[in-house]
Amino acid sequence: MDDLRKKARELLEASAVKVVIGYEQGTAGKTRALFAENPDDTDKLIFDSRCNLNLAAYVTKTEVKNKGKMAITATLPVMRSIIQLASESQVSDNNLVVLGITPESKLVEFGKITEVETFVHQYQIEIETTYREKLEKLNKMTPSERWQFWIDEFTPCFKCYACRAACPMCYCGRCTVDFNQPQWIPVPSHQLGNLEWHIMRAVHLTGRCIDCDACYNACPLGIPLNLLTKKMIEDVKTNFGGYQPSLNGGHLMSTYKPDDKENFIQ
Amino acid sequence: MADFEPKIVAFVCNWCTYAGADLTGTSRIKYASNVRIIRFPCTGRIDYMLLLKAFDEGADGIMISGCHPNDCHYTSGNFHARRRWIMFRSLCDFLGIDTRRIIFSWVSAAEGARWAELVNSTVASIRELGPYDEYQNIAKKPVMEVNHG
Repeated sequence: MDDLRKKARELLEASAVKVVIGYEQGTAGKTRALFAENPDDTDKLIFDSRCNLNLAAYVTKTEVKNKGKMAITATLPVMRSIIQLASESQVSDNNLVVLGITPESKLVEFGKITEVETFVHQYQIEIETTYREKLEKLNKMTPSERWQFWIDEFTPCFKCYACRAACPMCYCGRCTVDFNQPQWIPVPSHQLGNLEWHIMRAVHLTGRCIDCDACYNACPLGIPLNLLTKKMIEDVKTNFGGYQPSLNGGHLMSTYKPDDKENFIQ
Repeated sequence: MADFEPKIVAFVCNWCTYAGADLTGTSRIKYASNVRIIRFPCTGRIDYMLLLKAFDEGADGIMISGCHPNDCHYTSGNFHARRRWIMFRSLCDFLGIDTRRIIFSWVSAAEGARWAELVNSTVASIRELGPYDEYQNIAKKPVMEVNHG
């Protein structure tokens, strides 16, 4: 990825941006986020198949934003996240430069976020076959079996909120789970607290999740919580047509159509 | 389960269903007393977290009701609500929460008799399903031991 290093160096040398967010070699054979603030740091930039962290999670963090204008190494899921964040007024051309990486690992430069949108819209969000089979298997279970499945899956959760920290869409300064007046979600990680936390997370990501799996990759216990968001993506498709993050499409869950179809309201 | 009386919480909008339930009363129509009505400004205000709280606190069934489409006092509150219900209900179903215990309906201010029928049929169906043990077992509040030593 010499192109990427070269471009990052150029941007920093010209003071076009104050920080370049990318990946560097971490410990235990893993990669981690790199925040390059001087041109020589860019030598550490790497990009390979291990880079599955969604870097868009950093662009809304105050510590990073305060550095000044940012450039971000953006794979397809990261670009999708950026479009969603831009549509929610969290990032704009004024504070972000996107260094896109195509699915073929080629560097692609964008002048404006609208160009990123055009690029991203060439690729539909598709649930992988393995996950689709898992969803299908769960759909075929009886409600009681599904209930037991999820209670068992959620039991090890100790509410570290790594899923929330890894998610680019979870940028609220004060998350509902942190509220204690009223205490929406019980603090202890008992069965009820865990269930309500995961319900809340899934509902808040409905129509916003771009299916990057960052939450699942971040979970230290491997809880398949991305199944919930994938299910929501599938259902959004069934009920309201396809879904793509877009700059002026309106937000799926804050808009409506007078002829939205359902079959359960009496 | 002969002596089981279902606890049902009804989340209703102020302008249609609440007025409809009021009409049921003024029309002297008798209906099951298992329902606890909670009045909201609009169905758009009925947060899904509140529904979960009802189950936490021991509800066996939940009713959610508001103005018919196109009749919302605030023009679009019920349309917004409907979209959320569609997604929330399917999430609940996916998690194995018993969606037969969550009854959604549109009841206008003129449908006093319909409200009575709806409550009666809901109570009957929840009575058949029995107490919602699955949820209430996980919602049991831990017993606090206070040491005043």
